[in-house]
Amino acid sequence: MDLSSINPLILLASLMVASTPILLAAIGELVVEKSGVLNLGVEGMMIVGAVTGFIAAVNLDSPTLGFIAAALGGALLSLLFGFLTQVLLSNQVATGLALTLFGLGIAALMGQNYVGIRAPATSDVPLGPLADIPVLGPVLFQHDAMIYISIGIVAAVWYVLTRTRAGLILRAVGESHDAAHALGYKVVRIRLMAIAFGGACAGLGGAYLSLVRVPQWTEGMTAGAGWIALAIVVFASWKPWRALLGAYLFGGITVLQLNLQAAGLKIPVEYLSMSPYLITILVLVIMSRDRTRAALNAPAALGKPFHASS
Amino acid sequence: MNLMKTLLGAVAAAAIGGAAMAEDPLKVGFIYVGPIGDGGWTYEHNKGRLAVEEHFGDAVETVFQESVPEGADAERAMTQMALSGADLIFTTSFGYMDPTINVAANFPDVKFEHATGYKRADNVSTYSARFYEGRAIQGHIAGKMTETNKIGYIASFPIPEVIRGINSAYIHASRVNPDVEFNIVWAYTWFDPAKEADAANALIEQGADVILQHTDSTAPLAAAQAKGGVIGFGQASDMSEYAPFPRVSSIIDDWAPYYIARVQAVMDGTWESTDTWDGIGPGMVAIGEITDAVPAEVAEEAMAMKEALADGSYHAFTGPINKQDGTVWLAEGETADDGTLAGMDFYVEGITAEIPN
Repeated sequence: MDLSSINPLILLASLMVASTPILLAAIGELVVEKSGVLNLGVEGMMIVGAVTGFIAAVNLDSPTLGFIAAALGGALLSLLFGFLTQVLLSNQVATGLALTLFGLGIAALMGQNYVGIRAPATSDVPLGPLADIPVLGPVLFQHDAMIYISIGIVAAVWYVLTRTRAGLILRAVGESHDAAHALGYKVVRIRLMAIAFGGACAGLGGAYLSLVRVPQWTEGMTAGAGWIALAIVVFASWKPWRALLGAYLFGGITVLQLNLQAAGLKIPVEYLSMSPYLITILVLVIMSRDRTRAALNAPAALGKPFHASS
Repeated sequence: MNLMKTLLGAVAAAAIGGAAMAEDPLKVGFIYVGPIGDGGWTYEHNKGRLAVEEHFGDAVETVFQESVPEGADAERAMTQMALSGADLIFTTSFGYMDPTINVAANFPDVKFEHATGYKRADNVSTYSARFYEGRAIQGHIAGKMTETNKIGYIASFPIPEVIRGINSAYIHASRVNPDVEFNIVWAYTWFDPAKEADAANALIEQGADVILQHTDSTAPLAAAQAKGGVIGFGQASDMSEYAPFPRVSSIIDDWAPYYIARVQAVMDGTWESTDTWDGIGPGMVAIGEITDAVPAEVAEEAMAMKEALADGSYHAFTGPINKQDGTVWLAEGETADDGTLAGMDFYVEGITAEIPN
């Protein structure tokens, strides 16, 4: 065993890279669920974001435009879900699952000519002197813009949900759509906006995989990341900062266990391998162990269909 | 209602009769562990399927299901395929072994072919390729090319096939470079590009400048390319889009001739349960072009080894080889028997890691 071969600074830095796709998808889904909609199509929206982002970045030779295209692609796909569930009142669980299958399929089709192509490199944000600070510099200030944007999105979601009127309305719609409707709020419109936001975030997360973390396009490359994001939303009891913690724990331990393996740590590999799931769930469950308060956080109207006539 | 049933029955009977008269095409099914666009393992199996279609034309109909998880879900997928009328089903991953045996017992008239496993039945054949012959060549190139003397190995599951590959690569790397050290990471997945990339990055950060992979996607090569100065090899497929650097060579699985032969056997009625294990010689394993990034003399040695493996004058496991604990496995000049290789559950001497059990 040679733990000295692990550079803790590089490890912490790669932790953030590994966590960002899940974080983006989770924070988007959190908003969707807060509005009372359960969209199980996160995986499908992520992979569509991954492929649209990749195609746009390659053709336009710009990762920035790639990320924008990914957000649009994810939002577009999610609005399909929104139309079916909010306007046509289809079952949310079934439609969400179908969205995942549809997304995986259409992404494979779209990406056929993009296998093995190299994506344009995403550069780090020039933070000048900050990047040169010992220890903190490489860990915090030598990343690409999406990492900072993703944290910014978490902060914005937290602020909007807890400190603004818009957040209050969104939560009201998620708690009791009938009451919100009676007060004159456009439930369907608000939910559609939340769904589109969730789709855009999932798309960004997918594009982060195909443009930064891997970086290439491969069919099925999200490999279940969307499901992890869904789980994190629940275990984080619908709180933005806990979702961030959950995503960083999961991504961080995934990278850490691979590093420990590479360093030859004498812990059975099976335990290392399951540790990301185990520790993330444990920590988040312990944090929300107060059952009555945790239950208060779950949006009461989650997954329930709404029609103005009811 | 009764009239309706009668009508439907008549239509169904006519449909069945019509199909029978038109000489039913042989229906061949494939179960894949990853997506057909993975660029590696499943991609090559699907190429084999396409070759079957091209060879037999209208005489066959092929169906496939991709990204089928290993385990209970695989049984469902196979059962569905058998129920839908498949006559021959190829199940193309090690983890489908028990599901294949279970489902085959329920469908005695359907022929099954399981890749890389060791359990057979009257209607279940097994087939695999001697990938370890390709690993020997990889190991040789890796041992010669590494400057840090650290070779990273991304392994999937601790099964004999994977362990065999690690041993073969290590033996041949350490033969040309006694200082070489293997860092092995178990990803516990065949296909997860993000995780494979993370594993490659972890290995590279810890000093590895050669990455060998036994997972199915091209992500480790993409990671090697992004880091620069690190070489890798195509796994299961040529992965030539990463040539000439970082991909310096590859192990290519060529399943097409085998698939065509087995479909022919079913058509002729000569199919029987067999165990096929072919290597470089019969062409089931091919070595992808060694690029200019490899020094000419190393490439020549590698090609010479390939010839020797192909004509049988050299066996990738030739003694003296000790097991990891120092006990003698193969004496001087002795070669490994297929039984031991098929069930290999130990590392050879010199590898410091332990096999997860």
